[in-house]
Amino acid sequence: MAANAFESAAPPGAITHPPSSNEYLVDRGFRLLAVFGASLIILLVGYILWKIGGLALPAIYNYHLGFLTSTNWNVADQKFGILPEIWGTLYSSLLALLIGGFFGLTVAIFLTQDFLPLRVALVFRTIIDMLAAIPSVVFGLWGIFVVIPAIRPIANWLNETLSWIPFFGSSLSGPGLLPAALVLAIMILPTVAAISQDALHLVPYRTKEAAYGMGTTRWEAILKVMLPTAAGGIASAMVLGFGRALGETMALAMLIGNSNQISLSLFAPAQTLASLLASHFPEAGQVEVQALMYAALVLLAITLVVNMMGTAILTLAQRRISGRS
Amino acid sequence: MRIRGTIIAIPLALIAALSPISVIAQEVKLIGSGASFPFPIYSAWFKDFSKQNKGVTVDYQAKGSGAGIQDFTNKTVDFAASDAAMTDEEIAKVADGVVLLPATAGEIVLAYNLPGNPKELKLPRDVYPDIFLGKVTKWNDPRIGAANPSLKLPDLPITVVRRSDASGTTFVFTKHLSAISEAFAKEIGSGTTVQWPKSDKMVAAPKNDGVTATIKQTPGAIGYIEYGYAKLTKADFALLQNKAGQFVLADTKSGEATLATATLDSRLRGWIEDPAGADAYPIATFTWQLYYKKQDPKKAEWLRKLVDYCVTTGQKLSDSMGYIPLPANVIEKIKTASAQIQ
Repeated sequence: MAANAFESAAPPGAITHPPSSNEYLVDRGFRLLAVFGASLIILLVGYILWKIGGLALPAIYNYHLGFLTSTNWNVADQKFGILPEIWGTLYSSLLALLIGGFFGLTVAIFLTQDFLPLRVALVFRTIIDMLAAIPSVVFGLWGIFVVIPAIRPIANWLNETLSWIPFFGSSLSGPGLLPAALVLAIMILPTVAAISQDALHLVPYRTKEAAYGMGTTRWEAILKVMLPTAAGGIASAMVLGFGRALGETMALAMLIGNSNQISLSLFAPAQTLASLLASHFPEAGQVEVQALMYAALVLLAITLVVNMMGTAILTLAQRRISGRS
Repeated sequence: MRIRGTIIAIPLALIAALSPISVIAQEVKLIGSGASFPFPIYSAWFKDFSKQNKGVTVDYQAKGSGAGIQDFTNKTVDFAASDAAMTDEEIAKVADGVVLLPATAGEIVLAYNLPGNPKELKLPRDVYPDIFLGKVTKWNDPRIGAANPSLKLPDLPITVVRRSDASGTTFVFTKHLSAISEAFAKEIGSGTTVQWPKSDKMVAAPKNDGVTATIKQTPGAIGYIEYGYAKLTKADFALLQNKAGQFVLADTKSGEATLATATLDSRLRGWIEDPAGADAYPIATFTWQLYYKKQDPKKAEWLRKLVDYCVTTGQKLSDSMGYIPLPANVIEKIKTASAQIQ
């Protein structure tokens, strides 16, 4: 730190002083720490991928892509396939996103568009955030003891009267896709609501004032001005919510019925990748562990693709709004 | 009312799981892992044993039979436990030699949930395998009705609840079904996990408590669980028809009658796939503890004492916890065999 150009340039008796060597050191140290922290995360993700990939390699050799299209999970014959799990994961998450996304967005509009006094809105927001703190297993138990008995009569009525619609093709006996998706929707609601609120808050107040100035009603201002302006943030809220739904494990393992089948019916039991991993790992033998690792890799890939799609949507939406191309 | 059993079971299991840690002054620490089905009684035994013998701690982790055998082969434990004993190939992998000792026994019951809670449902031996094959799908099926003329069975679909995780319970249950039904043996077979028929009325839940909770919450459900869990949660379970044609309710007496029919091989392994006695309950099984033949002499001494405790004092706990006490002739064999632990 000997040759400091600021040092020599400083006039005598100045109040300000150039950064001391100590300050330089702290500065560099902090920078190093930040770079270290950031690269550690990348390394960690890489390590996880490498490790899981390594363990899954024998299964990838043995089962190739047939693993993705086969519907059996038979330990005795060592035949493994995860098509029902992929289907169940995407189907349940999509349903949850439809329900949770709709309600999350509605809540966000309600809390940010001057429907409530600020303080009351804050209380509401805190309560919704608290939903995120409830452990998964509690949601699962709540699903078993509350949701399933509550929707069973409706589901079975739908099945009896409208069974020609494939979505209502079977009766709901207990665990199944719909209760799982409903609970999942509640679990992703705080994520969707919080990020959508932030997105709506970010829209300058003047934008709305301008809309009112042009004679719009409140609903026109919200639906035609606010929502499109915040679309990028809302889209990313949906993607994050979807990502959360994809990886959710415990509540689903308790509610979805863990049945290795593909069915369009909302009331039929299904299976998800995360739930398959959770229920089969503890007692899996060597070959099954390899197959499970392959399944874990597929889950990782699905999450990655979803996130990349989300980012792409986000950038597109932002470009459209900001008018740049 | 409905959930009370499971709710009680959780703190009990927690207390049992945490208690070995509270014994601090240890000189000898015995670590075991494996089967979860005997965990409630094992934890009670090991806690009591540690209390009676100051300076000895027995630590048991219920990871599952498969994991127990793996730990045992990798020598990360002092003993292990398995519902499926060990196969000859598995034994050959352990250089220090293996001593297999039956520790306790249990029954598997078919718990059901029907509107109006009818008691003493009888299931003939040609019917209940077909329920688990998805061939008998309604509770008012004439084949069930014929065996239960006094019960009014509803026009309700049968929802079969099975285990979603690999389990010794599934192993024993499917082995029994395969023994009494050719169709089941051909279509499903036996194992700790099997490929069940694909059906909307066949759902799976994790662990014994998950299956019990799902049955209790699902009208028209039937599923296989440990007798101990059924007793704890006061679930209704069916009388099953045994080989002699009798309908038998699972309890300690019928379980003892089943164990009396068992023949154990030289390694004290033996499966009771379809017991012959008139009072015998059809589905019961031993569960085993696995010990090394060779180890540190001091540890060996304590392990022998532990075995001795399990087969004498320990057996008295069986009845109250929903397990079956071992028959006297088996206990004699265990006492002789435990001398091999050196």
